[in-house]
Amino acid sequence: MAAEGKVDPMHQFSIHPLFGSDSWNIAGYNIAFTNSTLWMAIAALLLFVFVAGGAKRQLVPGRWQMAVETFTGFVDGMLAANVGPNGKKYVPYIFSLFMFILFANFLGLLPLGVIGLHAFTFTSHFSATGVLSILSFSIVIIVGFVKHKLHFFSLFVPHGTPALMIPAIFVVELISFMVRPFSLGLRLFVAMMAGHVLLEVLSSFVISSGNASIGLFAIAGLPSFVLMVGICALELLVAGIQAYVFALLTCVYLNDAENLH
Amino acid sequence: MPQIAQLAATYSSQIFWLLIFFGFTFFAVGRGMVPKVMDTVAQRDKQIADDLLAAERARKQADEEEASWRARENANRAEAQALIADARGKAAAATADRLAAAQTVIDGKLADAESRIAEACRSAAAEIEDVAADAARDIVGRVAGLSLDDAAVRSAVKENLVHG
Repeated sequence: MAAEGKVDPMHQFSIHPLFGSDSWNIAGYNIAFTNSTLWMAIAALLLFVFVAGGAKRQLVPGRWQMAVETFTGFVDGMLAANVGPNGKKYVPYIFSLFMFILFANFLGLLPLGVIGLHAFTFTSHFSATGVLSILSFSIVIIVGFVKHKLHFFSLFVPHGTPALMIPAIFVVELISFMVRPFSLGLRLFVAMMAGHVLLEVLSSFVISSGNASIGLFAIAGLPSFVLMVGICALELLVAGIQAYVFALLTCVYLNDAENLH
Repeated sequence: MPQIAQLAATYSSQIFWLLIFFGFTFFAVGRGMVPKVMDTVAQRDKQIADDLLAAERARKQADEEEASWRARENANRAEAQALIADARGKAAAATADRLAAAQTVIDGKLADAESRIAEACRSAAAEIEDVAADAARDIVGRVAGLSLDDAAVRSAVKENLVHG
């Protein structure tokens, strides 16, 4: 497509089955091993290797162990700050969530196109982020009802609400509560997709203007390239921040379930 | 937008494999290794706290030992000073004793010598008296032809010798 001077910025998000697995299915549901699946596997595997390398349990940690302990300490601190001492038991889940999303985001930004491979960011698909957000939301609901029984509904009535306002406030709070899984999943998907589209559009400027004429390249292509470098750095930041936001919001929601108000 | 265009064809695969790999991550990494890592951190923190406590305790003990050593040292010094003073006193007393003994001996010798001198003086004087009396009697006998009583001559001589 580049040869025709056209770059489809959405093409990078298309999913296609690998290894002729497009007919794999369970009970009629297709479970093809796609490029998206491949990058989920790579993210999970790299995360496993990363943490395994840091689980040497040395009293005086090396660099690797120090790096892993920094992440576990970070997640532990986040839960301690947002949920309190009850949050300790969620460290495995929040750590997995945060690191899995972080690795996925960073892996999707790897400049593998240089060597002919195509990095795929599965966090730019709401079918993937939606699963994670529904997982988090389910945990919140299960923990809330198990811990507080039907008293959990008092979450939707903030302290000091006048009796007259309770029905209206309850509905508003319930809606804002029910929107959480969507906002959680969509935020990550939109942020990742937007960045990748922006980079792709800018790169198409560079390629098209380069193909057109040297003058156009100097006017449009070069500035776009410089901008791309800056946006790449910004995207690295966004990759970290979105993983952090996802984990942090899950912590905040878990706090609601653990401690009500 | 492939996310929506391909949704119907790919949603089951996406959900299935994400659950598989996130499940793997959660159980193998989150449940399997993260607690070990955090346990190591907790152990290290505990070890550091214990070591600090032990160091603090050792420091306190060292301070106490120093204080007791100082007390002992001061006592020893005082004892030594007492010993020195005692020895000095004893030595002075012994010197004084020996001096006194020597003085006594000297005094004795002096008195002895003085008495001997006095004796010698006395015997010498008596001898002079005798000689003088004999000489006076002879002189009186020869010059005056008198034969004087021995006792009279002697008393006269003695009176002259005494009054010079």
